[in-house]
Amino acid sequence: MTANLSVEDLLDAYRTMKTIREFEDRVHVEFAKGGIPGFVHLYAGEEASAAGVGMHLKETDKLASNHRGHGHCIAKGVEVKGMMAEIYGKKTGTCHGKGGSMHIADLDTGMMGANGIVGGGPPLACGAALAAKMKGTDGIAVVFCGDGASNQGTTFEAMNLATVWKLPVVFVFENNGYGEATPSNYAVSCKDIADRAIGFGMPGEIVDGHDFFAVHKAFAKAAERARAGEGPSLLEHKLDRFFGHFEGDNQNYRAKGEVKRLREEVCCLKRFSAEVTDNHGVDQAQLSAIDSEVATLIDEAVAFAENSPEPDLSDLTTDVYINY
Amino acid sequence: MSESQIVAMTMPKWGLSMTEGKVMEWLVEEGTDLSLGDDVLDIETEKIANTFEALDAGILRRQVADPEDVLPVGALLGVIAPLEITEDEVDAFIVTFLANYVPPEPEEEQEEGSGGYEELEANGYHLRYSKMGTGDKIILLVHGFGGDADRWLFTQQPLSSNATVYALDLPGHGQSTKNIQDGSVEGLAKTVIAFMKVLDIGSAQLVGHSLGGAIALKIALIEPALVSRLDLIASAGLGPEINNEYIQGFISTDSRKEMKKLLQKLVADPDLVNRSLVNDMLQFKRTDGVNAALKTISTGFIGDDGNQSDIMKEELHQLPMPVRIIWGTKDEIIPSAHAESLPPNIEVNLLDGYGHLVQLEAASEVNELLAS
Amino acid sequence: MARKITYQQAINEALDQEMARDKSVIIMGEDVAGGSGGDGEMDAWGGVLGVTKGLWGKYGDRVMDTPISEAGYVGAAVGAATAGLRPVCELMFIDFMGVCFDQIYNQAAKFRYMFGGKAETPIVIRTMYGAGFRAAAQHSQCLYNMFTAVPGLKVVIPSSPYDVKGLLIQAMRDNDPVIFCEHKVLYTLEGDVPEESYTIPFGEANIVREGNDVTIVTVGRMVHQAIEAAATLAKEGVSCEVIDLRTTSPLDEETILESVENTGRLVVVDESTPRCSIATDISAIVAQKAFGSLEAPIEMVTAPHTPVPFNGTLEDQYVPSPGKIADAVKIVMGYKA
Repeated sequence: MTANLSVEDLLDAYRTMKTIREFEDRVHVEFAKGGIPGFVHLYAGEEASAAGVGMHLKETDKLASNHRGHGHCIAKGVEVKGMMAEIYGKKTGTCHGKGGSMHIADLDTGMMGANGIVGGGPPLACGAALAAKMKGTDGIAVVFCGDGASNQGTTFEAMNLATVWKLPVVFVFENNGYGEATPSNYAVSCKDIADRAIGFGMPGEIVDGHDFFAVHKAFAKAAERARAGEGPSLLEHKLDRFFGHFEGDNQNYRAKGEVKRLREEVCCLKRFSAEVTDNHGVDQAQLSAIDSEVATLIDEAVAFAENSPEPDLSDLTTDVYINY
Repeated sequence: MSESQIVAMTMPKWGLSMTEGKVMEWLVEEGTDLSLGDDVLDIETEKIANTFEALDAGILRRQVADPEDVLPVGALLGVIAPLEITEDEVDAFIVTFLANYVPPEPEEEQEEGSGGYEELEANGYHLRYSKMGTGDKIILLVHGFGGDADRWLFTQQPLSSNATVYALDLPGHGQSTKNIQDGSVEGLAKTVIAFMKVLDIGSAQLVGHSLGGAIALKIALIEPALVSRLDLIASAGLGPEINNEYIQGFISTDSRKEMKKLLQKLVADPDLVNRSLVNDMLQFKRTDGVNAALKTISTGFIGDDGNQSDIMKEELHQLPMPVRIIWGTKDEIIPSAHAESLPPNIEVNLLDGYGHLVQLEAASEVNELLAS
Repeated sequence: MARKITYQQAINEALDQEMARDKSVIIMGEDVAGGSGGDGEMDAWGGVLGVTKGLWGKYGDRVMDTPISEAGYVGAAVGAATAGLRPVCELMFIDFMGVCFDQIYNQAAKFRYMFGGKAETPIVIRTMYGAGFRAAAQHSQCLYNMFTAVPGLKVVIPSSPYDVKGLLIQAMRDNDPVIFCEHKVLYTLEGDVPEESYTIPFGEANIVREGNDVTIVTVGRMVHQAIEAAATLAKEGVSCEVIDLRTTSPLDEETILESVENTGRLVVVDESTPRCSIATDISAIVAQKAFGSLEAPIEMVTAPHTPVPFNGTLEDQYVPSPGKIADAVKIVMGYKA
């Protein structure tokens, strides 16, 4: 619980959030410059959600993600240089350049993969939770879905299954207000996604997704329930994204000035910094030190990615099967 | 003329599992005067292709079966009769034969001594074996590395006309236990001894092929009283050389092509290795535990240098029972030179132009020797 | 000892032996036990046709009834496979692939590649296919061609009790996702099956009958139709070689091409509808790689380009028959350039 968070923990949380923010801001810039190919969906603005959840996860716990997965990867401990190289499509990337932004996975750290299919992750997380349960570990699985995935049949099936089998899984819905370009208040049939939990026989809770502490506290309860073998939970993180659905999105579906206002008013990093320096004995200098440490890390990651080799042409046909 | 002079030539039963055969080619024309043992026609079974030899002398009056016909065991292939029998009488004979012919029911094979497979426990192993014939004389056939009781396809039944003939699957082989405790020649010999004791076999003519020869020889050395006569066919245990490339290849391969090539080394005539034989071998190899068993057994009789490690040549002279060696001169697995310079108490028969599986390739010659 | 058991019993035995050998093997599917949570008998069905009957009694919670929710549990099986289990997941009828295909072709099939070779997804999806049960258009299709088109999936279509056991054990030991297609009409077919566990490698076609005039390439239930046709044709002096593909992915091209090089004529028999099928695939490969050996145009014997009809007379007409196969063989034999 929050009460247990030491200064060290808070600095770790800040480092995670700051790393995500710097990573995404930098990808935004490098994408615009033309250095990054393909589709990229940025997580900036939602950092408190990933960091608050990630702090409860052990390396053996599993995390299934979605399109907007960079933040989840970083919060689960995936190495940043490899991620950047992957987004650049380089051989040194986490997936040797064969996955890209939408498919970063690192099973060694429990990261089951970003997912290019909306609603792809929930059944997979149920499976990971089932494996933990059958092996008798106290492992849990968490799946991050957007408000868009909250409308997918696979998500409903997974939530039903999770309760039927009492699986140690937590469904986190990051409701950032838009499924692609369509507002969630149009596309989601109920006011709060959290209300859907009751239909699947699990607790559901609305969480302020800009507030690290709120996320941390709510997930602590869900994780504890899962580890105790009491079954799944649903959390709805209400939050905002600072970029478009994908890079290149002109965001004309959003009100004029909306993003600018959000960056000023609901930035989770600003809020976290103020809270920890005011009330938790953290020194601004400590945060600033992390800022420069992260800036260096991201610089190095970009340089690493840019300087890394392309995959070999022969890699085209490898790793389709173990043998064929 | 009496009908008794008309003889039906029928589809033979080469081994237990044979229920039908495919006529490939007639090697003689109608009207040929056949002597006993003449090659008459080629027949392919699901195990192996072979030449059908005349079992009766006389004039081949009619070829009833056509090439490509797949016929059950006992079905009419042709008719032998003296010239004085008229064509009409031959026709009448065929009609009567066909009217009375009942194809064998595979389910009925399980009678005592008829060659159905049986099982027993010996020396901690579950062993499968088959028994044919009911004579007082007892013959035990011991197959070689990678083989099974079916290696005696053309041996067991002919010998069973005046003997009780057993053929077993050694541990790790056929359908016997795959988990090998002691893979040495001596260990396997002890299991065969236990097998004989469970069956209450006081003494028997032991016929061993290849590794089975070494096992039979070991039994004769350990418990000579169990062995009335020893027949060693292309036997291991008589010299250092062995085609270890074959042995290791057999253990490691899982490909049909490679397996075919390997099996072709066992015979002088590569056409004898047909698809079914290859499939049978692959089926065996793909059974859980087989490759490990084969590995264990191979290290039991082949040393790190790739040569045989258990050579009993120097002990042959002390054997009290008659010993006979049979070897094909074109053996590519164990050289027939191992039959040279043996003690004078050993009878040596070299069969010219045959390979390692001489009991299949030259079945009638080998059977004749074994029965004498 | 080999003894005669049915195709269905052979599947059950393969599952049983592998579950006993490897504790990470689990079974999940609709009514694979049957009766979970109810007041009546447990293991009530053992699968809709009883294929998994008895396994719940031996392995308890490792045999899991699922809700009727294919995307949910197939996806969960995929996720569990990435996390150390080896699920054998039953998709009752192959026709239901429509409601869970994403979890199969976008997730399971691609993990190894997308994740740079670092993910394993050892899942087997057992599924029933094929016409002949008067089960109509949504429970009778032959859709293995769709799975065969997806890189990353292995597709197995066993034709006999011996093959189904060895191929299923191989599938459970394989570290790639395997779609295991069982023809419902074959469940009662009896054949010799060894008691011991054994495997049959993928990508090795089985030449079930040798011949010199025409090559018939086929798979699954159609192997039996082709054998029947070949037996009839043999009496008329036509010698057919019948090749059972066993797996369509991987595909044993070599055996097909070698046979066609020998016979010079090809008939492909496929229970699927005619377009973009195994029949068209094999035909294309042979036309491309053995054109010089062909002495006649290739014939394909397939279902018509229609849904599977309910009416029995129509359904019988729908399925490729030995008669139609024999007719196709006669066409290629009678071809004059």
